[in-house]
Amino acid sequence: MKYIAGFRDKDAAAHLEKMLRAIGDKLDQSGRVVRIMEVCGSHTMAIARYGIRDLLPPSVRLISGPGCPVCVTDGGYVDAALSLAASGMTITTFGDMLRVPGAKGTLAEARAQGARVEVCYSPLDAVDYAATHPNREVVFLAIGFETTVPGVISILKHAQKRNLRNISLLVAFKLVPPALSALAADPEVEVDGFLCPAHVSAIIGANAYRPFVEQNRIPCVVAGFEPLDILFGLTELARQLEAGESLLVNQYDRVVKPLGNLAAQALMAELLEPADASWRGIGVIPMSGLALRAHVRDFDAAVRHDIEIPSSPPDKGCRCGDVLKGKITPSECGLFNKACTPLHPVGPCMVSSEGSCAAYYKYSR
Amino acid sequence: MNNPSRILLGHGGGGRLSRGLIDEEIVSRFGDGPLKGLPDAASLELGSRRIVFSTDSFVVQPLLFPGGSIGHLAVHGTVNDIAVSGGKPAYLSLALILEEGLELDVLRRVLDDVRAAALEVGVKIVTGDTKVVSRGQCDGMYLNTAGIGTAIPGFELSPSRLEPGDVILASGTIGDHGMAVMAAREGLAVGQGLVSDTAPVIRLVEAAEPWAKDVHFMRDPTRGGLASVLNEAVEGRAVGVLLRETLIPYRREAAALSEVLGIDLLHVACEGRMLLLCRRSCSEQILSAWRALPQGQNAAIIGEVTKDAGRVVLETAIGGKRLVDVPQGELLPRIC
Repeated sequence: MKYIAGFRDKDAAAHLEKMLRAIGDKLDQSGRVVRIMEVCGSHTMAIARYGIRDLLPPSVRLISGPGCPVCVTDGGYVDAALSLAASGMTITTFGDMLRVPGAKGTLAEARAQGARVEVCYSPLDAVDYAATHPNREVVFLAIGFETTVPGVISILKHAQKRNLRNISLLVAFKLVPPALSALAADPEVEVDGFLCPAHVSAIIGANAYRPFVEQNRIPCVVAGFEPLDILFGLTELARQLEAGESLLVNQYDRVVKPLGNLAAQALMAELLEPADASWRGIGVIPMSGLALRAHVRDFDAAVRHDIEIPSSPPDKGCRCGDVLKGKITPSECGLFNKACTPLHPVGPCMVSSEGSCAAYYKYSR
Repeated sequence: MNNPSRILLGHGGGGRLSRGLIDEEIVSRFGDGPLKGLPDAASLELGSRRIVFSTDSFVVQPLLFPGGSIGHLAVHGTVNDIAVSGGKPAYLSLALILEEGLELDVLRRVLDDVRAAALEVGVKIVTGDTKVVSRGQCDGMYLNTAGIGTAIPGFELSPSRLEPGDVILASGTIGDHGMAVMAAREGLAVGQGLVSDTAPVIRLVEAAEPWAKDVHFMRDPTRGGLASVLNEAVEGRAVGVLLRETLIPYRREAAALSEVLGIDLLHVACEGRMLLLCRRSCSEQILSAWRALPQGQNAAIIGEVTKDAGRVVLETAIGGKRLVDVPQGELLPRIC
């Protein structure tokens, strides 16, 4: 199968666009507008990158939810990482955390001032770094949704196997289904359907959304990241909404299985337990995060190095919270493209290349 | 990151951060002469001759990578800047900064590559300098070359000559060099089979010479990639650019790696490719002339100049449209 070209076919896209317009016409006749939220940063980026908004009828609106793991990471977490770096530890991280501002600056600035900050392409790079630098204390910034959690916590298994005592995780994992429930329960958020993430769903399985769909009667479609995947997912959501249905559909079944990745789930259950988590711009959502279980808690950087992850107040004027909840589009924020740009980001949605504001800035200013 | 008081790695990325530093600190001090407009190479009157002059420094890691070495880059980087500015490169200087402990075999290999690359282009290394610094003060070796050449009569190149309807040609697949080096540096298995495109572009420039008066602008998309070159060309002007994604040539391996890392190929450096913007009337002839050359086999028309002032827009594979922005600073791989 052609995994890239096959899912970017112009004729197939034109066909889906036509179907969407037909549904749009029906919605127009009854004077309805449907709001579909994507809750995955890679969807936000792909929608922008392929100009998909350009192809939608006006009665089908897309809003970008809290889907970027960097964006929903609290500023206080960055401050905690900066203070660990300042006390001489080596911070290992995925690249896009480098530009996230905390109250005391960014990791990129700390690195320019001499802090040890290493960009990793894989969590195992951090393990290798710890093995080759036995005199350094290494901290991996363990953020992310279900997609990245299994890979990141495999650090512990490798560290145990290689008997490494100089590596730990600063944990701020987040879970998608509890966030969907919180958004559905928020009276300020108007969402009619969810485009569910691709890679997260590969781990947790399509069935993970079933309780949510049944309880809230909101359609959910799991979709891949290629433009045809997304158009297909949006067409199915718009069709259901126009017809008054609320079904769970797995469009991405070439990757996402009903039960997900059982080996990854077993690893997560062995090492992690549900915990409350603080989402930037949204606040604490009960049981929407993960913490290390007691038998591996000595790998928790906050425990080992005795620090607290402070929660930080949002920047003045920054409306990332409203953007993350889908209440406004990025361009409706007063700071957008004025005080807040990717070079001088105020809020987290502008920092990560997957953030809603960065995607708007980059592709549709 | 508001007004950083120190140099960040991103200042060297060829994107918005680099541009800001150069505008504020360099152009403000030196920008009233031939440096104005920041051409890749300066075009200067010297006696009765018009010469083209350029310089470039090379700090790539690793020093040896699939498809070439820092030695090839040191020649190609400077001669290509001269060539796309409408010059025929003739002489190069070569300055070496070597780190204590560098293996002599590596130095020999790199110098042999410099020699081979210079021979291929027909330029001579005529002056130079060698410094050694203590361990840790540089990363193996840094090179600098400066070069001069004579202006090829007929070319009058400036982005100010761009007109709506002009056609954009790319001489080959884009992003190969940047992706090959990143794969080699990080030991990424997905990048295997990727080879740098480092090569001279002077033959391509010469091939376009018969239509020189209708060629409006040329550039080699190095650091910052195609996106940076085209944005710089139309910034603050009455014209814009429309690229067609389906026409842009790329290698499958480079595309695969950029997908995995979440990096836009339009932001990735080439070291042996060039863009040429010319009147539509001569575009097919130049394309045929390029395709007849080994370094132009994959050449393609990738878009056109529009009236959409200052904007670089991409028509995507599925028919949507989006803005092509310059990279911000460092190319950072995404978390997922």
